Amino acid sequence: MKTQKISLLSKVLLIVVSALFAGSLFVPMWRIELQAPQYPEGLVLQLFANKIGGDVDIINGLNHYIGMATLHTENFPEFKILPIVFGVFALVSLLLVFINKRKGVKLFLISYVVFILLAAADFYRWNYEYGHNLDPNAAIKVPGMAYQPPLLGYKQLLNFGAYSVPDTGGWLMTGAAVLLLFIVVKEYHLFQKK
Amino acid sequence: MKNKFIKAIFTIAMGSALLISCKPKNSGDAVSGDAAQKAYVAPGKYDEFYNFVSGGFSGQMSVYGLPSGRLFRVIPVFSVDPEKGYGYNEETKPMLNTSHGFVPWDDLHHTEMSQTNGEVDGRWVFGNANNTPRIARIDLKTFTTKEIIELPNSAGNHSSPFITENTEYVVAGTRFSVPPDNSNGDVPINTYKQNFKGHLSFVKVGKEGQMDIAFQIQCPGVNFDLSHAGKGKSHGWFFFSCYNTEQANTLLEVNASQKDKDFIMAVNWKKAEEYIKAGKGKLTQTRYAHNVYNESTHSATSEIKTQVLILDSKELKDICYMIPCPKSPHGCDVDPTGEYIVGSGKLAALIPVFSFDKLMSAIKNKQFEGEYDGIPVIKYEAALHGEVQKPGLGPLHTEFDGKGNAYTTFFVSSEVVKWDIKSLKVLDRVPTYYSVGHLCIPGGDSKKPFGKYLIAYNKITKDRYLPTGPELAQSAQIYDISGDKMQLILDFPTIGEPHYAQAAPADLIRNNGQLKFYKLEDNKHPFVTKGEKETKVVRNGKRIDVYMTCIRSHFSPDNIEGIKMGDEVYFHVTNLEQDWDVPHGFAIKGSSNAELLIMPGETSTLKWSPDKVGMFPFYCTDFCSALHQEMQGYLRVSPSNSTVPISFSLGTNLPAPDKK
Repeated sequence: MKTQKISLLSKVLLIVVSALFAGSLFVPMWRIELQAPQYPEGLVLQLFANKIGGDVDIINGLNHYIGMATLHTENFPEFKILPIVFGVFALVSLLLVFINKRKGVKLFLISYVVFILLAAADFYRWNYEYGHNLDPNAAIKVPGMAYQPPLLGYKQLLNFGAYSVPDTGGWLMTGAAVLLLFIVVKEYHLFQKK
Repeated sequence: MKNKFIKAIFTIAMGSALLISCKPKNSGDAVSGDAAQKAYVAPGKYDEFYNFVSGGFSGQMSVYGLPSGRLFRVIPVFSVDPEKGYGYNEETKPMLNTSHGFVPWDDLHHTEMSQTNGEVDGRWVFGNANNTPRIARIDLKTFTTKEIIELPNSAGNHSSPFITENTEYVVAGTRFSVPPDNSNGDVPINTYKQNFKGHLSFVKVGKEGQMDIAFQIQCPGVNFDLSHAGKGKSHGWFFFSCYNTEQANTLLEVNASQKDKDFIMAVNWKKAEEYIKAGKGKLTQTRYAHNVYNESTHSATSEIKTQVLILDSKELKDICYMIPCPKSPHGCDVDPTGEYIVGSGKLAALIPVFSFDKLMSAIKNKQFEGEYDGIPVIKYEAALHGEVQKPGLGPLHTEFDGKGNAYTTFFVSSEVVKWDIKSLKVLDRVPTYYSVGHLCIPGGDSKKPFGKYLIAYNKITKDRYLPTGPELAQSAQIYDISGDKMQLILDFPTIGEPHYAQAAPADLIRNNGQLKFYKLEDNKHPFVTKGEKETKVVRNGKRIDVYMTCIRSHFSPDNIEGIKMGDEVYFHVTNLEQDWDVPHGFAIKGSSNAELLIMPGETSTLKWSPDKVGMFPFYCTDFCSALHQEMQGYLRVSPSNSTVPISFSLGTNLPAPDKK
């Protein structure tokens, strides 16, 4: 009959998921690519779990024209929390192998989805904050113009085209989500005819 | 009668037809249909080769792309360059120091790229100063002059800066023989034969490129003209052409053209090294400058050295040998295998080609015809591989394509002639416009030529470009030599007067670790300012040091007061930018100096003395950003007895409340 335990395949996949979480600690999760006529080679802002990377100094230098606040890793508490969260996710994925309950995987998937939604909301909030909170003494002021980068996808900001997409870590985490979903579907036989 | 008349008319007509058909084709006909396509490099695309061209009497070196002929950069080397602040800012003034003091101009004739195993390696390019004898080394990571060494006992450093196949040495030979530095030079000019000597300098090149005169060889007083190192089998030998073996000291165009043959001097520098080791060199007193630019302090230093090691070619018999060469030889070129040495007599109607193997056996078997001032003279035929017969008039220089062909320029007959090195047969000839001097094939004097293009550097331009008054554009021409026939594909104007040039594949230079900007954190300039908070103005008696920064789009400080008449102001401007292609400039009104052009992460210093009381604006000269026109400031100059205190600010009106 139907068992509450999970299959060997699912256990192997959980170990992979754990590795994906662990791996995403070391590679950038998200990237905002900027292109302008003056920067044919492009500029990139990379968000790691624990820091901002890429051409931060150059972008900070440019942002003073529009009065945007400069970006500094230490101004974002997220960079302290995220590594812990990812570490915990990696551990939980491993633990689930030993707990060996399909319900556990389901709950983990739900909490992971909730986390992604919260992270997206947080990312949007920061984008909004930086895009709108501009120095009134800035050299370039365009009435009604905000410089909020898109959450996902492309947006033109003055002479810069901004392109916001997942980086390596983002794809690793997407992979983790897909695998977790696969395990839940498989273990709950969701697509099998009753 | 009528018959005679018709005959006469007929004769005149035929005669004219003959004349017209004999009239040389004009240059327009020399360009065939696909030439434009071959020289075309589309906008935004890169050239295949870098071309480092001597700037002649501009004293600088220019960088072109091949095959487009586009000018990328003029590198200041031996002449001041107000555009870049070279020789004007405090940091680069020592680069132009010599035993004669600061020399603001020279004449750069030849360029030579560093080699490893006889192949161009893309690290450095050397240049010679022809007037006040010096050699410069240009670093190809930054395209800036990093080192200049003066050559003692010399005058007119022409046969330079040619190098050995692993850049062991860069050489120099004196064009004017002169009394040695440690002797009394105050002698009658007509005592040339007794008192004048020719010196060859062998400058050791270190791993980081640092130059040091290892030794000089003292030779008879003649004019040394050009040189090239042996390679492959002839590695260890150097060949110098010499003229005025008549030892004339006046009206050389007649008096130095008397002998049917002058010489190519073969120098066994490995043997010279042995003699140095054996202690045969004599340390003699002299004075010469050695100037080095330090990239971390962004400053040059100049040191006067006082001794040089001399070997005497008369005493040490087996270092130098003379090979007779017709008619005042000029070019002295060695083929990629190292076997053939081509001498080009300026007034000759043939090209002698010498064989290294034959030369060696001639030396071994003592096939000498006598001595020239103590140096053995080898029998002409004993060293000769053969002569290229009727190649043209006035051969000057030869380069190679690596496929067994040689290309020689002819000044008098204004053409380039392609000939087979082994068979000595002429294969092709093309006209040049006009009177070609040097030529260049990428890698053409190395073991590995890239025989795709040939560039001719001409001495006369005449009607090639729109006229510009008495002084015309200088000219170069590119030929496609990939086929059997040479094909003219482009004319392009050059700076100065182009003499020798070198070229190398673009990727070799592009991928050599080129610098995009200097790291601010590595800046060890004694007056660096690494952030706006550190900016200050310091008075020390009459000396004022302004520690200034610049970043898009302001200077800090940009309001300065308390400067008085009689002060000497040093603006030490640091460019805080850390990105490619964001230089800033600095200029102040009434400056008798030049501007500063400061690369990201660099510090440059402009010395300035106010000439009157009043307001002196300063501004950024390099269009750096949308707010470049806002990048400006004011400096107030008060009378010398004024009590206005030193103050400075940015963003707040003076007097600043409590700015530290």
